Amino acid sequence: MRTRYSEDQQAVAEAFGDLFAREATPEAVRAAEAGCGFDRGLWSKLAAAGAPGMAVPVEHGGGGASLVDLAVVAFEWGRRIAPVPLVEHAVTARLLASLAESGAVDTALAGAVAGGEPIATLTLRPAGPDGAAPLVPAGAVADVVAGLRGDALVVGRDEPSGVARPNTAGLPLADRDLSDAGILATGEVARGAFDDALTEWKALMAVAYAGLTREVLAMGVAYVKQRHQFGVPVGSFQAVQHGLADAATRAEGARLLAFRAACAVDAVTDGAARLASMALLFGAESARFAADRVLQYHGGYGYSAEYDVQLYYRRAAAWLLQLGEPAAEIARLAEADLGPKRPKAA
Amino acid sequence: MDFRLPAKAEAFRAEVQEFLAEHLTAEMIAATRDGTIHSPELHRAIADRGWLSGAVPAELGGGGMDPVELCVLLEELQLHQAPADALGVAVVTVSMILEHGNDFLRSETVPRLLSGEALGCFGYSEPESGSDVAAARTRAVRDGGGWIINGSKMWTTLAHVADYVLLLTRTDPDVPKHRGLTFFVVPLDTPGIEIRPVSTMGTERSNATFYDDVRLGDEWRLGEVNGGWNVMKTALKYERGIAGGQFPSPPVIEAAIDWGRTARRADGTRPIDDDAVRHQLVQAMIDVEVCRSFAYHTAALASEGEMFGVEGSMTKLFASESYKKHCAWFLDMMGADGLLTHDDPGAHMDGRIEEHFRHAPVTAIYGGTSEINRNLVAEGWLGLPRSR
Repeated sequence: MRTRYSEDQQAVAEAFGDLFAREATPEAVRAAEAGCGFDRGLWSKLAAAGAPGMAVPVEHGGGGASLVDLAVVAFEWGRRIAPVPLVEHAVTARLLASLAESGAVDTALAGAVAGGEPIATLTLRPAGPDGAAPLVPAGAVADVVAGLRGDALVVGRDEPSGVARPNTAGLPLADRDLSDAGILATGEVARGAFDDALTEWKALMAVAYAGLTREVLAMGVAYVKQRHQFGVPVGSFQAVQHGLADAATRAEGARLLAFRAACAVDAVTDGAARLASMALLFGAESARFAADRVLQYHGGYGYSAEYDVQLYYRRAAAWLLQLGEPAAEIARLAEADLGPKRPKAA
Repeated sequence: MDFRLPAKAEAFRAEVQEFLAEHLTAEMIAATRDGTIHSPELHRAIADRGWLSGAVPAELGGGGMDPVELCVLLEELQLHQAPADALGVAVVTVSMILEHGNDFLRSETVPRLLSGEALGCFGYSEPESGSDVAAARTRAVRDGGGWIINGSKMWTTLAHVADYVLLLTRTDPDVPKHRGLTFFVVPLDTPGIEIRPVSTMGTERSNATFYDDVRLGDEWRLGEVNGGWNVMKTALKYERGIAGGQFPSPPVIEAAIDWGRTARRADGTRPIDDDAVRHQLVQAMIDVEVCRSFAYHTAALASEGEMFGVEGSMTKLFASESYKKHCAWFLDMMGADGLLTHDDPGAHMDGRIEEHFRHAPVTAIYGGTSEINRNLVAEGWLGLPRSR
């Protein structure tokens, strides 16, 4: 049992922490928002560093790392709200590699995706029977889109539009058409493979949320120490301190739960899907709480476009909503933990 | 990183569960309604099993149980609602005496405390000082070779069943408050001590204790004269590992699920089929997993020999505040039926949710209030300036 990073993981955190701090600056995030929410230069650098396929088995062109190792990178990605579809791509790469194992996917495609080109993504919600997949994460920039169409797991390959639907966090969201996508599996096998990928997405996004929250809190702490009102630092007021302390407490709880979920996925523990789902919900809630407190304690400047807290505030809400309504995710957890709802007697 | 408990700890969990199946009875849990969250039989059984001495740190001569296993023990005790508050008190008491006590105190009190035969309790808070514990005014003055103690203590919970009180006294009123404190181990049958019950909104009984010309030999002094704050700091240190309190919510969630499944609303539906109820139950279960993550993390840190500090404050803050929230939710969920106490024959599960609702507030107060813990997080974790 070890709830801290190993030395190797520490080294990975530092290397990618440096890369994201250097390349995914707030200026780069703003520049990406003005476009389709994607920074191709950063993606190339990440691909060169082996991030997109790091948790894909070596025999499928990846780095053979665990999901937790990848989560260490996702944490740093989240800290800088970096405008690249790292998590969507990485879980799709793992999905394709597992399907290549059974021959359902061309090994060359799986290997290429592990290398970072073409960019791949996952529709988090099943497509309609006609193959329409609305608001796909990274849908504006991904060539390869995997998802469920009816009871079939399909993969489509199309030129992306490069245009995102305008959205609250400048994410590369776009509608995709999976009507012509090839069927990889059907029935329970399809559902199981898709659910596994979705669980990985939830665990990694939970960790990314912990990264976002860490950074927005650091921003808030730095600001309230430096900003003076009534002749003293704003951060010396207990009302401000206690709001930040509550946010930091939830943030640390969310970080621990998120990494615990990622560990459970690696260990193929029965409760992994449950923990990943809980970690994502709690991670999103703590991120929103922290971003709200930090924006508030910036006063008017927090609301201004010039300061960075608003970039985090918007993403704190947006990341989870790509999956759908939080209430629906809670309802799924309830179904699993409390049993199905009994229909009302007529 | 690997958050999975080692196989040895899971095997230990099974052992604890077996122990509780054998020793913890429904009567013991029900008996706590008289306000004393302590069962002498259970306490001795835990001591006999070696878990009390086991929980004392090895560097002090204790069993040095692996902190992860200790965490599992506390988790299981809480999940089963075992009335075992005295375990933590005993471990802290013994640790303080082993670290600071003279030979007399070590031989006179430690074996009795470790066997479960004797019980300790804490005399820190006073009517005029709670969170500001170093402002204690209970006076101890030299009397030849011994001491005379006068004053009063508040919240000396368990004093009415305990044998010793660890008493924080003022020995020098003319120096800054932290530098004029001295600790004593005071046998509670010493003449001049009066114990008065303090009843609470919850079912718990606490005490106010009064010290009127209590004469004590110097051999009962714990640590240096005017060195009481150092002793206090070790109390806080030892409390971190053994305080428990990370799992207050599971029993009330269990009761709420039971209610949701068995009760019927006017239209014949079960509360548990209501989305609003289901969402609150899930939110509460998420909070429990957060608490569990904190508990395993701090245990793993301790197991590696890392000292943790602020994480303990965070755990306690989060666990107690969310527990209060859960109790309020589930009380509301039951509507008018939620009001019934265990005295009413129709109360659900003997009025358990209603009891939790009344118990919950104290968890955010004792052992460090939520406000003190927020201060500690703000200063120790975020590096913000002291606000007081």
